[in-house]
Amino acid sequence: MAALTLKINNQSHTIEADPKMPLLWAIRDLVGLTGTKYGCGIAQCGACTVHLEGTPVRSCSIPVSAAANKNITTIEGLSNDNSHPVQQAWILEQVPQCGYCQSGQIMAATALLKRIPSPNDKDIDTAMLGHICRCGTYPRIRKAIKTASQLMTQKGSTK
Amino acid sequence: MEPLSKNISRRNFIKLSGMTGAALTLGLHLPAQGKEAEIVKPLAADLPGLELNAWISIDTTGKVTITNHRAEMGQGSYQAVPQIIAEELEVDLNQVNIVFGVGNNEKYGSQVTGGSSTVRGSYKNLLRLSASAREMLIEAAAKKWNVNQSECYAENGQVIHKPTGKNLGYGELVEAASKLEPPKNITLKNPKDYKILRKPLPRQDNPQKVNGTAIFGLDFKLPGMMYAVVERSPRFAGKVKSFDDTETKKVPGVKYVLKVNRDVFNNMLEGVAVVADNLWAAMQGRKALRVEWDDTAFAHHSTEDLFEKMRETAKGEIISYRTKGNFSATFEKAEKKIEAFYETPYESHSCMEPLNCTAHVTDEKCEIWGPIQAPDWIQSNLSAHLKLPMEKVTVHMTFLGGGFGRKAFTDYPYEAAMISKEIKAPVQVVWTREDDMTAGPFRPGMVYHCKAGLNNGRISAFEAKMAGQNMGSQEPGADKKGYNDSVTEGLLEPYFNSFPHHSFGDAPLESPIPVMWWRSVYASTNGFAYESFLDELAIEAGKDPLDFRKQHLWEERYQHLISKLEEVSGWKSKKKNDGYGVAITECFSSIVGEVVKVSKGVNGKVKIDKVWAVMDCGWYVNPDIIKAQVEGSIVMALGAATKHATHFKDGLSVEKNFNSYLMPRINEIPEIEVHIIENEEKAGGVGEPGLPPFTPALTNAIFDLTGKRIRVLPFNLEEV
Repeated sequence: MAALTLKINNQSHTIEADPKMPLLWAIRDLVGLTGTKYGCGIAQCGACTVHLEGTPVRSCSIPVSAAANKNITTIEGLSNDNSHPVQQAWILEQVPQCGYCQSGQIMAATALLKRIPSPNDKDIDTAMLGHICRCGTYPRIRKAIKTASQLMTQKGSTK
Repeated sequence: MEPLSKNISRRNFIKLSGMTGAALTLGLHLPAQGKEAEIVKPLAADLPGLELNAWISIDTTGKVTITNHRAEMGQGSYQAVPQIIAEELEVDLNQVNIVFGVGNNEKYGSQVTGGSSTVRGSYKNLLRLSASAREMLIEAAAKKWNVNQSECYAENGQVIHKPTGKNLGYGELVEAASKLEPPKNITLKNPKDYKILRKPLPRQDNPQKVNGTAIFGLDFKLPGMMYAVVERSPRFAGKVKSFDDTETKKVPGVKYVLKVNRDVFNNMLEGVAVVADNLWAAMQGRKALRVEWDDTAFAHHSTEDLFEKMRETAKGEIISYRTKGNFSATFEKAEKKIEAFYETPYESHSCMEPLNCTAHVTDEKCEIWGPIQAPDWIQSNLSAHLKLPMEKVTVHMTFLGGGFGRKAFTDYPYEAAMISKEIKAPVQVVWTREDDMTAGPFRPGMVYHCKAGLNNGRISAFEAKMAGQNMGSQEPGADKKGYNDSVTEGLLEPYFNSFPHHSFGDAPLESPIPVMWWRSVYASTNGFAYESFLDELAIEAGKDPLDFRKQHLWEERYQHLISKLEEVSGWKSKKKNDGYGVAITECFSSIVGEVVKVSKGVNGKVKIDKVWAVMDCGWYVNPDIIKAQVEGSIVMALGAATKHATHFKDGLSVEKNFNSYLMPRINEIPEIEVHIIENEEKAGGVGEPGLPPFTPALTNAIFDLTGKRIRVLPFNLEEV
């Protein structure tokens, strides 16, 4: 066990954890942010995606010690009022069904749009390939990413 | 029935509605089977039945609270139920607050969220209930104003007096309305006048699902809650011979290690639970656990053995279910005789949220929270096993991260309850992805043996034999000789008239593999066999597959669906290098036709260009949810057709996680266009019926393009 500091959504949390514990469980069980989901535990489904220093990573496969003192963003950190363009687009296009995988999908889409503000279909495929949706919302995810891109252009923001 | 509202005393009413002010609360009382549901108001405390019936409650601020008695697993009951109620109640959806009902069969009727039944099973009662509340509010206003009730109408949460324009909000009327009797006769709106129903209104649950605040089973926490993971017998019927927990107990945080049973269709399957104060510790403790299993008492099956057996039995004697005329004699005399076998694999549900359940059992009561499709079943199962009265067992539904049939089952709450009882503390049992994928219950593997005779280009005789496990006879002592009436699931009803001689039956397979409903159940496999076979018959008859179906489906409803399918897909104007395939199936009272277009890509490989779906589900609520459900059904079918299957080797499940049980990904999804038929038929299901036609439409399209007939699933699209 070790005392570690996690910087999540611009807030510092000091936790006592086994350094080998995956970041996912530290975020969910020790910090108490449950928006980040467990889906497979082996980086195959993308449900646990968070941003580590701005890059999307699979929190189920990163030891918590490797994320200590780094900037982590989870779904809860996008906005507190669903005002982020990706969240807005997800609602406009009515993407979620069960909704379980959507935190990960949204975190991946947000990172994509930061990198490529107007992604084409191929860019979307590449960025979203690691994310499984068992409800089959893929067609709407594609649409929503394009809608989010437009919303961002309108706002002149790539938050 | 005695009008129950007579028994309400004002004091009790307020107490029961749980509010400090007055409220109008209306519920459905479900009398003996076959009788119409009664609309009632809360009962006095000494008559607890009625308070439990509550569905709609309007408080003095005009806020409406609706109890959603069904699970929300993505299919949209969370939106559909309020949308139905808001229409006849004349309120804005934003005025409506939704809470999940707890398990209670007597209160809500069946809550088993399966068979695409939420809307089709309850919409008429919901419409009547909300219209009753509206009429009582109008009556209360008319009395207050001392005007004729017919001069008043309700709109947007208020009652308006037409001649003068004066109005009163529902909140101001609930107290007076609560003293009135529900009206005897209710006239429901003409669908043409709907303002909320049939509109693509955004789902109420989505804001929570894009910011991480929606609470799924795994997100639920209780003070002092422990976490458990269970090492379950890797072979289904294995028994715990012994276990060594020396190393497990050394893991910091691990508190208990105990043997636990799981009730799977009354078969007690065994496991060893590791309980810790955090999940990671429980997982680490489990890794260190050594369990010795006794699995000598049963055969260790493999996929090859199972299918070999099914192929054999599908050729032989069957248990007959539905027959007409004389199949054998007609078949023998037919001008053309066609015979084919089709095979569909075992499949895992693999919901994105792995199974989990939180339980708190004490000597006096049991409380359950989790992603649950059938709260009422769990209530009665646990009441019996824990020997607690029904009212002491409370089952709460969280949001479900997928269900697809798997979460309609009582085994995982049972297991959680037993652990909680043993350790005398609240516990959350978490299944890892591997646990979830390997334990089943699975969709059963199936082999179909189809035979048909053609005379003058028409089907004169049709026979289908289905070999595979019967989901209905897995309990110890179950009748193994009964027929499986699911053998005709998915087949369009008019075919039973147009096939003059037919025979349907099954040859059940005995196996310890637990099997269960998987989205659209038997239709998901029957549909592939029957709609592929019909395509083969059309080709043999020298007919266009769509025309051939039209010729055998003369009812107007079906003719209309086929014409629509033909029109939207451009079936008649297909280009030379395109392959087109069609399939139409019917299940849960909805008919769905799908056309798939395929072509060869630049690399020479077959690619899916587009899917057109036409859904006829009769009376409906929300067109956008229907479209979403059909899209999702098609994607799920695509996975089962071309990506994944569960195999067994030496009695063990082979595929354990998404690195071997492969899912369709975003780059593999074709364009999908969904059309909804407008008619006045009864409401049919929405969550499942879009699934069965996709796979045969795809393989029929591949045949059209390449001449290659696919009869075994799954197949690799890359290798066609």
